[in-house]
Amino acid sequence: MDAVLSVADLQTVFATPEGDVHAVNGVSFTIGRGETLGVVGESGSGKSQIFMSIMGLLARNGRARGSVRFKGQEILNLSLAKLNKIRGEKMAMIFQDPMTSLNPYLTVRRQMTEVLVEHRGMSETQAQREAVRLLERVQIPEAGRRIGMYPHEFSGGMRQRVMIAMALLCSPELLIADEPTTALDVTVQAQILELLAELKRDLGMAIVLITHDLGVIARLADRVMVMYAGNIVEEAPVRDIFRSPQHPYTEGLLRSMPRLDENHGGRLRVIPGQPPNLQNLPSGCSFRERCSYAMEVCVTQVPRLETIATQRCKACHLKRLPA
Amino acid sequence: MPFETLAGVTPLLAVRDLKVHFEVGGNRLLGRKPATVRAVDGVSFDLLAGETLGLVGESGCGKSTLGRALLKLLPTRAGQIIWLGKDIAPLSEEKIRPLRRNMQIVFQDPLASLNPRMNVGEIIAEPLRIFQPQLSAAQRREKVKAVMAKVGLLPNQINRYPHEFSGGQCQRIGIARAIINEPQLIVCDEPVSALDVSIQAQIVNLLMDLQKDMGVSLVFISHNLSIVRHISHRVLVLYLGKVMELASREAIYANPLHPYTQALNSAVPVPDPDLERNRPRLVLSGDIPSPINPPSGCPFRTRCPKAQDICALEEPLLRRAGAQHLVACHFADIP
Repeated sequence: MDAVLSVADLQTVFATPEGDVHAVNGVSFTIGRGETLGVVGESGSGKSQIFMSIMGLLARNGRARGSVRFKGQEILNLSLAKLNKIRGEKMAMIFQDPMTSLNPYLTVRRQMTEVLVEHRGMSETQAQREAVRLLERVQIPEAGRRIGMYPHEFSGGMRQRVMIAMALLCSPELLIADEPTTALDVTVQAQILELLAELKRDLGMAIVLITHDLGVIARLADRVMVMYAGNIVEEAPVRDIFRSPQHPYTEGLLRSMPRLDENHGGRLRVIPGQPPNLQNLPSGCSFRERCSYAMEVCVTQVPRLETIATQRCKACHLKRLPA
Repeated sequence: MPFETLAGVTPLLAVRDLKVHFEVGGNRLLGRKPATVRAVDGVSFDLLAGETLGLVGESGCGKSTLGRALLKLLPTRAGQIIWLGKDIAPLSEEKIRPLRRNMQIVFQDPLASLNPRMNVGEIIAEPLRIFQPQLSAAQRREKVKAVMAKVGLLPNQINRYPHEFSGGQCQRIGIARAIINEPQLIVCDEPVSALDVSIQAQIVNLLMDLQKDMGVSLVFISHNLSIVRHISHRVLVLYLGKVMELASREAIYANPLHPYTQALNSAVPVPDPDLERNRPRLVLSGDIPSPINPPSGCPFRTRCPKAQDICALEEPLLRRAGAQHLVACHFADIP
């Protein structure tokens, strides 16, 4: 496959006073050109830390090992200067809370044109014109006037549009969106999802969509990676994940969510127990204490991620889930 | 106000034309007048015994303010809060306090709502100490252990502190504290929003079980429409402090009459790729207006696909659209 990004055996460890915390435990995956990869998981699953590692944005006590290739070029742990050439130009990232990722002291114009002058060698006038074009592209009304405003003068949804426009400044080949709609109201979330779907269709860039919301995944992802306690536990095309999940955790997540379009009434099916504590994981499979199918082998052996069908893998000792 | 809806039954709580306003900004030295935020602006509804009423809406709609005002945790500007036949809105804090034994609240942030210096036993026992001071320490401890078991905590964790628990467990502690005096009403303010998806279902089940068991009424505040649909008997849709629609959960989801309710339903992504990508969508334009300066007439008109001239001039009143269905819209699809 023509991969934009290939990740091999990525491990991310945080040094804490209570000992090392293994946030990402040797994950490997690729993202194809123009593909939208959904990454699902709960807190502590490592879903964000994978991409913070790739972008060189780990907290100071974090270390990443392994290999991350962007179109063949190794980019993990590059020097800041070299990394800055790639992120921004080739890969861009947007976050849950746009207010904390925009500079509150600078106008949107300053923040946008700076990038264009620096990375694309444009003149101020060219840069200004291009910035307005991109703000219009993400449907900010009166872009020509609003480009002179400060981040706090925009609403939450408009700020997220500004973030997206900034991410598009250098026409990246990969856009990493970390919970891009989680902080937004549901009607505004619908607008942003619509915009992302449109950009995906028109610009052909690869997108990583990190979220805990399976509805958002269903809307946009082509392929889905499910994370639990720092490991990929299942990977499959989006339809397969929803039609026939094969990992007990994926199945549990899907069943525990009430859906707006159906009403069973009565009790929800739950995943028992608590989210994983990375400093105190059980032996063998990290999920086994919450798994209703757990067997003896799950206590002693860590399940490996194995191919179970075309384009499908899972890390589980159970061959097939009972239908 | 068409509130004979539930005639024949005495509601546990009847709210009539309730208003909660806040003054913001302003500066007496500079002679600047404060602006008024009409957080809750003329809300009426009934809550029956043993019923769950879902309050939905987006940020700034006043759902949390309304929830707190019901318990008189906030001063109200006007209107009535009729609790078991008696208007408690004008009562002083002193007169309200004994009533709180019967009306409790569970908050969104489970850890922040627990005192970090008290152990679980002390936290859960506090309402007992206040409202049933005659109990001995041993009796209190017995009650605490029983209620811990009821909410799915291990009674032997009674001496632990909040930080030793996960978010879901802290929420169970908060619920245990709320139910220990067997109240008739619990306001649940976004009780699962801060929890992981796999834990949300556990807490929703717990609340539903408790209701069945104790017959307690719940006011369930949430921005998550799927969860509200699951847990509520009736749903109240708020927008900028006003009621847009009030109906049974079946009607709110299967036959919503207000354009805002329709848009809310349409905005929730459905976890089914084929359905989600192909269903017709009603995407609203624009943002929620500031509650400091709400639009004239109908508050929703600036984003409403059906808006006409009249919507800017005349505020639509809540009117009957079915046996238990109320809607505030000039152009509601009333059958």
